[in-house]
Amino acid sequence: MTQKAVAVEETVPAGASGLDAHLVVDRGTFALDVALTAAPGEVLGLLGPNGAGKTTALRTLAGLTPLADGHLRLDGRTLEEPARRTRVTPDRRPVGVIFQDYLLFPHLSALDNVAFGPRCHGMSKAAARALAAELLDRMGLADHAHVKPRRLSGGQAQRVALARALATRPRLLLLDEPLAALDALARLEVRAELRRRLAAFEAVAVLVTHDPLDAMVLADRLVVIEHGRIVQEGDPAEIARRPRTDYIARLVGLNLYQGSAEGHAVRIGPGFAFTTTEELTGPAFVAFAPSAVTLHRDHPASSARNAFRAQVTGLESHGDQIRVALTAAGFPLTADLTTIAVAELDLHPGADVWAAVKATQTHAYPA
Amino acid sequence: MWQALRLSLQTATLATAVALVLGVPLAWVLARTAFPGRRLVRALVTLPLVLPPVVGGVALLLALGRNGVVGRWLDSAFGITLPFTTAGVVVAEAFVAMPFLVISVEGTLRTSDVRYEEAAATLGASRFTAFRRVTLPMIAPGVAAGAVLAWARALGEFGATITFAGSFPGRTQTMPLAVYLALQDDPAAAIALSLVLLAVSVTVLVALRDRWTGAA
Repeated sequence: MTQKAVAVEETVPAGASGLDAHLVVDRGTFALDVALTAAPGEVLGLLGPNGAGKTTALRTLAGLTPLADGHLRLDGRTLEEPARRTRVTPDRRPVGVIFQDYLLFPHLSALDNVAFGPRCHGMSKAAARALAAELLDRMGLADHAHVKPRRLSGGQAQRVALARALATRPRLLLLDEPLAALDALARLEVRAELRRRLAAFEAVAVLVTHDPLDAMVLADRLVVIEHGRIVQEGDPAEIARRPRTDYIARLVGLNLYQGSAEGHAVRIGPGFAFTTTEELTGPAFVAFAPSAVTLHRDHPASSARNAFRAQVTGLESHGDQIRVALTAAGFPLTADLTTIAVAELDLHPGADVWAAVKATQTHAYPA
Repeated sequence: MWQALRLSLQTATLATAVALVLGVPLAWVLARTAFPGRRLVRALVTLPLVLPPVVGGVALLLALGRNGVVGRWLDSAFGITLPFTTAGVVVAEAFVAMPFLVISVEGTLRTSDVRYEEAAATLGASRFTAFRRVTLPMIAPGVAAGAVLAWARALGEFGATITFAGSFPGRTQTMPLAVYLALQDDPAAAIALSLVLLAVSVTVLVALRDRWTGAA
């Protein structure tokens, strides 16, 4: 009696639905060590610079790259655990993948691409094709069912890839840079559509991207990976507001400094400190938008509480504004100015100016 | 003469089939897997390219002859004797022609994207299914080109065939053997036979190579 109960508990531990993974890969020069969890229905975004290990993480989830250590469990079932010599091969995992360039089989029609998975799972040819036709119809591709992949547009190919991945009813959907292969115009449309489809997906989805916009729009929760480690995780708005690394700050377009706080002051370095509205003690970050920075020829006598001498190092146009790169006390600083302001200040690389930031426009938080 | 031509076409086609059945999986193993001694296996596979065909025939006799290493066993267990039979011709031709196929297919496999096989695996395809339904159709032009080369090489095979299978009219005397023998007592006939063989080869090569390896 008790033994039976134990056995049941072992196969389906309570509350074990969704993804529970600790991915460890060691390739000598590159090591990946990240822990990921996600609940069914959740879209987890892996964000990071090129070479951070995002795609490697995705490949381990699919079983295409073996784990060196750690574990991978999906809905309570162990898919891989090197310590216990457990490994389920890719073809036996309930996982669907949308590859960066989709990898639609070029010799098969869109319909047969989608029917491929169900066929491999033992469905009859007729049933698999009927299912594929229905999925393509739902993607609005009924007219393109018999077209070969090379005659599909980027957006259409992406939908076929999604239909193909969903056809096997995966419990984990992996998307590797799903929008990277599209041009700017198609991206806009496909991003909105993909968001709708991911929202409707009932199992776990993991999305890899280096594009902050894709990550913010598509993911419910973000995990930022740098050099094979998680550097920050949380909901997209939180990460955009309180970045913790230079990479994330650059992505979300903020100036970020780390220093030590004492009351309303955060000291970054010699001759470089910020007065903030928050009151903190100990290691802290200060972040503010480039648009919060004003530049002046003389020491500003305004209400701006933070003013430093700075030198212009570069200028580039950024939308309808000019982004000015500066150094202040040896720290980089960016400011967004109007073209008129740049002209009036006669800014050019090498020019010395005063930079000012209002305390109310900075944001300080514990490091 | 027509007898020799027919025998040549039949044995070359059969030898190509044998080379396909053995050579395509071999090429896949060479291109896609890593195992100790792979370089040695590749060297052995391509050996018939550089080996004088007569030496190849001698090797086949030593291995598959009635007193050969494998041949003795084939004879006692199944009553199969290969030397000096039509089957022996096919074996000799396949031995010499297979490297052309293996090299061609292996090259195509190396340039084809492994990730398509990975995509197939994530969709639930076993390695064999992925190979059969994804890789093979994608490398079909390379396989076809290799098969045409192998067929052409088998059709012209002389040295290994005469050494291993002899020259019995109707049974093992293929066109090249017939040409060689005719040259000794009827040079005019030899020239005629040569022209026929040349015409057949060119026709087949033009028809097949363009169709399979041209604009796919």
